[in-house]
Amino acid sequence: MWRSCLRLRDGGRRLLNRPRGGLTASEGLGPKPPTPIRAYVPPAERKRFYQNVNISQGEGGFEINLDHRKLRTPQGKLFTVPSEALAIAVATEWDSQQDTIKMYTMHLTTLCNTSLDNPTQRDKDQLIWAAVKFLDTDTVWVEEPETLVELQRNEWDPVISWAERRYGVEIGSSSSITGPSIPARTREVLVSHLASYNMWALQGIEFVVTQLKSLVLTLGLTDLHLTVEQAVLLSRLEEEYQIQKWGNIEWAHDYELQELRARTAAGTLFVHLCSESTAVKHKLLQG
Amino acid sequence: MAALGSPLRTWRGLLRELRYLNAATGRPYRDTAAYRYLVKAFRAHRVTSEKLCRAQHELHFQAATYLCLLRSIREHVALHQEFHGKGERSVEESAGLVGLKLPQQPGGKGWEP
Repeated sequence: MWRSCLRLRDGGRRLLNRPRGGLTASEGLGPKPPTPIRAYVPPAERKRFYQNVNISQGEGGFEINLDHRKLRTPQGKLFTVPSEALAIAVATEWDSQQDTIKMYTMHLTTLCNTSLDNPTQRDKDQLIWAAVKFLDTDTVWVEEPETLVELQRNEWDPVISWAERRYGVEIGSSSSITGPSIPARTREVLVSHLASYNMWALQGIEFVVTQLKSLVLTLGLTDLHLTVEQAVLLSRLEEEYQIQKWGNIEWAHDYELQELRARTAAGTLFVHLCSESTAVKHKLLQG
Repeated sequence: MAALGSPLRTWRGLLRELRYLNAATGRPYRDTAAYRYLVKAFRAHRVTSEKLCRAQHELHFQAATYLCLLRSIREHVALHQEFHGKGERSVEESAGLVGLKLPQQPGGKGWEP
């Protein structure tokens, strides 16, 4: 541990000597300090270089200020978000970094950067298609193996029937390896439902679908039907069963569980904050 | 199926997480923008009548999601520090694992500077 601290001090000096151009969220560090041949030293981490984090309102939306500098995305664009709550949450993320900046804990910042930069340059249809692609192999329909079937039916059937009622579609569950065949009408209904979200919310939805490996569970989250803990539990049903049977390994199972929960919560919050409309705010004021 | 629990519980959890976040920086958590925003949002949530339950429920859901986010990030970082944060062992430590010790050569090995 102390060895990597020695490297850090070296990297810190380089950071200070660098000319102050536009600061990017994940700036490359340039020439790395020389690494010894044998030991693995994790790449030098960026130290926290700011004292205060504030938000301010600009033309495009809300911006984050680290001390007096404005936060930028990895591609150099100005970091603007449409919603104040989202800006405050991102500011809290940056504020909670101590000593070193751990980008892997800043899920909301990452989601905002992806939405602003769109590095893979996907448009709305491609995002929807990517999300609906998970429908064929959705986690909640596969009922396998035999020992788990009862547990799966108990837990997943309510969610499936809720989804069927909510969207007026028909889907079943199957025990074959290919999964159930999804009727075309179901696909159309879900595609049109997803099309009603804006680009930012779709990025969030696609992110959550990739994490949970299930479109149905994601829809449950966006429609406030499931909490994040419930959705993660349902997604990891087989693993939870095995953990109960064979025991829990903290540094693997708990680690993955917390990471999955963090990402799913970040994605869900992102979707809700990005698809909020002012109509909701008016209701609160008038009530 | 939305087993969200009571808003009070979510509120107290959020306060706790904010306290943990700000304990390291030393600043009182009541100064943070997040605290002020949450106080405003929860106050507005109380004022609405029970009939307009959709907006209330939505706000509580978002608060619970944010709580889950903060809590799981904190636990994830703690687990990472405890189990995965140590990096690789040095050559001396690895030798010590199997009960060996590296030889001490006061003159240095021939090929080292």
